[in-house]
Amino acid sequence: MEYIPNIVFALLLIAGFGFFANNVKKLIRNIKLGKDVDRSDNSGERWKNMAKIALGQTKMVRRPLSGILHVIVYIGFIIINIELLEIIVDGLLGTHRVFQGFLGDAFYGFLIGTFEVLAVLVLVAVFIFWTRRNVANIKRFLSPEMKGWPKNDGNNILYFEVVLMTLFLTMNATDTPFQEAGIGNVFSQFLVPLFDGFSADTVHIIERFAWWMHIVGILIFLNYLYYSKHLHILLAFPNTYFANLKAKGGFTNLASVTKEVKLMMDPNADPYAMPEEGEEEEPEKFGASDVTDLNWVQLLNAYTCTECGRCTSSCPANMTGKKLSPRKIMMDTRDRLEEVGRNIDANKGTFVDDGKQLLNDYITPEELWACTSCNACVEECPVNIDPLSIIMDMRRYLVMEQSAAPQELNMMMTNVENNGAMWQYNQMDRLNWANED
Amino acid sequence: MGLTVKTMADFFAEGKQPEVLFWVGSAGSYDERAKKITKAFVKILNQAGVEFACLGTEESSTGDAAKRAGNEFIFQMQALMNIEVLNGYEVKKIVTCDPHSYNTLKNEYPELGGNYEVYHHTQFINQLIKEGRLNIDDSVLKSKRLTFHDPCYLGRANDVYESPRELIRRLGVNFNEMKRHKRNALCCGAGGAQMFKEPEKGDMDINILRTKEALETKPQIIATGCPYCNTMMTDGIKFHEKESQVEVKDIAELIAEANNL
Repeated sequence: MEYIPNIVFALLLIAGFGFFANNVKKLIRNIKLGKDVDRSDNSGERWKNMAKIALGQTKMVRRPLSGILHVIVYIGFIIINIELLEIIVDGLLGTHRVFQGFLGDAFYGFLIGTFEVLAVLVLVAVFIFWTRRNVANIKRFLSPEMKGWPKNDGNNILYFEVVLMTLFLTMNATDTPFQEAGIGNVFSQFLVPLFDGFSADTVHIIERFAWWMHIVGILIFLNYLYYSKHLHILLAFPNTYFANLKAKGGFTNLASVTKEVKLMMDPNADPYAMPEEGEEEEPEKFGASDVTDLNWVQLLNAYTCTECGRCTSSCPANMTGKKLSPRKIMMDTRDRLEEVGRNIDANKGTFVDDGKQLLNDYITPEELWACTSCNACVEECPVNIDPLSIIMDMRRYLVMEQSAAPQELNMMMTNVENNGAMWQYNQMDRLNWANED
Repeated sequence: MGLTVKTMADFFAEGKQPEVLFWVGSAGSYDERAKKITKAFVKILNQAGVEFACLGTEESSTGDAAKRAGNEFIFQMQALMNIEVLNGYEVKKIVTCDPHSYNTLKNEYPELGGNYEVYHHTQFINQLIKEGRLNIDDSVLKSKRLTFHDPCYLGRANDVYESPRELIRRLGVNFNEMKRHKRNALCCGAGGAQMFKEPEKGDMDINILRTKEALETKPQIIATGCPYCNTMMTDGIKFHEKESQVEVKDIAELIAEANNL
């Protein structure tokens, strides 16, 4: 009978991590629905970017207030989770504060003291974050795409943080032997008087309750991630590793187009030639109308986005009242990918056409045509997400598969095709300027 | 002073190679305002004694605007045709006043077989100064209030922020940055083929917002380094009815003016 708590604890851990692992598998499967793109080059530079941007948060602090608050919550999150190790060991072995024994009072006290300070700082930061999201009129939190679930999701995560930090501090405050030892209780000692009126047994029960709820809360939080925007705490790392390293202005050259254009320009090519036996292949689709036309890095981008909206707040089209919001492009891509994933789950592993796609059902041409390709969103993203590449791939589909460009652009393109300039000028007049006064 | 402009065909006929190919670009060739930038840059090249060539009637659109509009076919047709001409003349080094040409020649042509050293004119002029081939007179524009608008395809697209600023500092002007500058600079509104279409419905045109930001620095000159930015900023200034007080100038034009060319 005395082992029941240990067994319950082990089962909880297995369930919590098992369920999470199952969702991670789904996540990876969904990301792999994207087309292949080679990002295996320059691993040195990629590791450096990951260390600087994901771990070092260098792009976060470009906006100092939200940046520094974020660093506090982030450090708090990582460091306080060291405590989780002790909780797991204690839970499985039935010990109590097992690290105190072999780390020594001084060092153990220092660690727990640091955790307590961080926990309080996290509470302060979370309070400011909540105020920014719900009280202060900050434009990027009020965009149309932030109504409903995205708003609640953002708040839920803040509430989680508050609950977890409070449980951690309560657990320490009600741990009578820990308080009596007087090591590391830098903040929790001030909470002790709150429990003055209670019997020793009650205080102990509160301590056990807080301890159990702390670990249960963490497991719930872990499993909440997959259903929320909050996956960035994990995906920021691969996302910054696999991000584009080339100049941001260089867009991809569609290889399928190169093949056709070269054939067109080759004077020896026979346009009526039948493809050779076995050579026949499905003509490739140009551009993207659904998530499966995008590449896996773009899909990873979509799952990584935490909807902070820095992209949208720096987008010239959005700033001037156009419908385009780079954040919405990422959210739509993720939501559609999730829908495709659920479809696959429901149909025993194969996607059954649902008559929907990313284009029109999620992202409208009006949004796509408002983009100036200025790269402000790409530059701004704290974890190197590239909304512009998705916009461009979708424009390519509109133009090359549907001939659905705005009329003025069709005229411009016809001019380029006919006379090698965006306007109706004769190529023979290209050097006229040299002879004008 | 007349301009000295030779074409690649001229050099080829003489059996010589120029030092650099000047890619004029479609705006620089045809647009009345942009042609002034082209001519100013040629004057600078002439003053520095640079043996340069243009492609002249053999130049064609880089295809950049078609690519940003989503038409990869037209882009790649243009690119492959241009690459055939450029490689035929064994061109190694290219300079251009247009950040859009600069970007596509530098970043998108190599994969299609066009490998060149590509310079924006502000980078090239800086080189001429460092090599001692050109000086900028800092007395003519002395103390004029100037602000600089970063072209997206020079700045964020290629991380070139300093070369235009180095030149501005040599002009002796009173240089004031806009609140949003360098990597935070706001687009002029022309990029991504927007130049060739009406904007989508909104509260304001982007160039109106950007010129408003420029006007907050109380400039006499708004400098830029892109023919399309130039058009957008000029239109914005007219909208704010400031065209009598504020000029929009390319850096090449300012240098030509400073050196009395």
